[in-house]
Amino acid sequence: MASGYDRALSVFSPDGHVFQVEYALEAVKRGTCAVGVKGKDIVVLGCEKRSAMKLQDTRITPSKIGLVDTHVCLAFAGLNADARILVDKARVEAQSHRLTVEDPVTIEYITKYVAGVQQRYTQSGGVRPFGISTLIVGFDKGDATPRLYQTEPSGIYSAWKANAIGRSSKTVREFLERNHKDDMDRETTIKLTVKSLLEVVQTGAKNIEIAIMAAGKTIEMLPVEDIESYVKSIEADKQEEAAKKKTGRTPGTGTAAILTRSDGGASGS
Amino acid sequence: MRGATILKASDDKTKQLNNHTLMAFSGEAGDTVQFAELIQAYIQLYSMRNDTDLGPSAVANFVRGELARSLRSRHPYTVNLLLGGVDPITKQPHLYWLDYLASLAPLPYAAHGYAQYYCLSILDKHHHPDIDLEKGKKILRMCTDELQRRLPIDFKGMLVKIIDKDGIREMEFDCSKQVLSA
Repeated sequence: MASGYDRALSVFSPDGHVFQVEYALEAVKRGTCAVGVKGKDIVVLGCEKRSAMKLQDTRITPSKIGLVDTHVCLAFAGLNADARILVDKARVEAQSHRLTVEDPVTIEYITKYVAGVQQRYTQSGGVRPFGISTLIVGFDKGDATPRLYQTEPSGIYSAWKANAIGRSSKTVREFLERNHKDDMDRETTIKLTVKSLLEVVQTGAKNIEIAIMAAGKTIEMLPVEDIESYVKSIEADKQEEAAKKKTGRTPGTGTAAILTRSDGGASGS
Repeated sequence: MRGATILKASDDKTKQLNNHTLMAFSGEAGDTVQFAELIQAYIQLYSMRNDTDLGPSAVANFVRGELARSLRSRHPYTVNLLLGGVDPITKQPHLYWLDYLASLAPLPYAAHGYAQYYCLSILDKHHHPDIDLEKGKKILRMCTDELQRRLPIDFKGMLVKIIDKDGIREMEFDCSKQVLSA
């Protein structure tokens, strides 16, 4: 790749690509997965968490989900260090916005701001783009509609009902496309988030982080035990379905089907 | 109470800085609100950045620093402050008195402005380090009664806020009854 068009950032390749931005998208794809799902009146962020090493102190290891303001929450995929800088810029802007217009930022505004910063780093000299995509969620002041936006290293931003970024985001997005419904309640929304993450996270609850935002409330990080119980109930559901399929194929085992169903139901609830 | 001067009745001269610190301010009309809002933004930014709230003593020393910096600038803020808070870790209550010359003093009770000449003697006499909320309310009532009796201004009642380990709340405080001279 010694074409020369990836040396300086602000240089196009002859066929119209800005290579550095495309490399940044590659960095995003290598980052851990993050999922955002909107329900009827909540919005849930889920993150794949790298498993901590034996001697690591997990209490002070920063999370991939951060608060920008009391009503805005951000999750990212990509280079953690880049994200820290970007999140800090967003936090300063959120407070500055409060100070100048006496209102908290709207989710769209802060998304536009974050995307704006990311865009600026694709068009100025001596810098490289942010190697991160972000999911920004929350509620506008005095409004109960959940919001979910995505930003990319190029500075593109878009609104979603449910989306995933990072490693295997395509798999997760396809899963969400199949399973997302409008007007989901709290339980279903959280469950769908956990379930979609389980598509790419094999190690279970200890490698999942869940944050919940509701109107007029600040962030709620779901405790590990709760995530654990969601994972268990999802696994039970899956087993039940597998058992159903099996009995469907082999006729003459009607009693077994009833047995497994009642078993699955008991452990699932 | 009647008087030649009337103060605005619905003015909240306090700002909540974080879950458990409240700042009351007086001084130059424009400066006060500007300064208080600036401080509020800084303190909230700290909470966002560090996932934890600054304690009352840390807030007080930060505010003093900002006042001291401002004092030596071309246009200093002329703002006097009272800063009250409960430490979220030790659950200890704190009260700090700050003025526009960037003095900082931790005190058991404090007042600013002309009213302090009426109130401080009452507080001197009746305050004790381990009084409870009820006794505190009683002493506050003594102070406001004295102000209603003697202050040549109709101050249209009081806005009273209580800070404890559960946070900050407003208290109903009726000043409509006429106070007769003692």
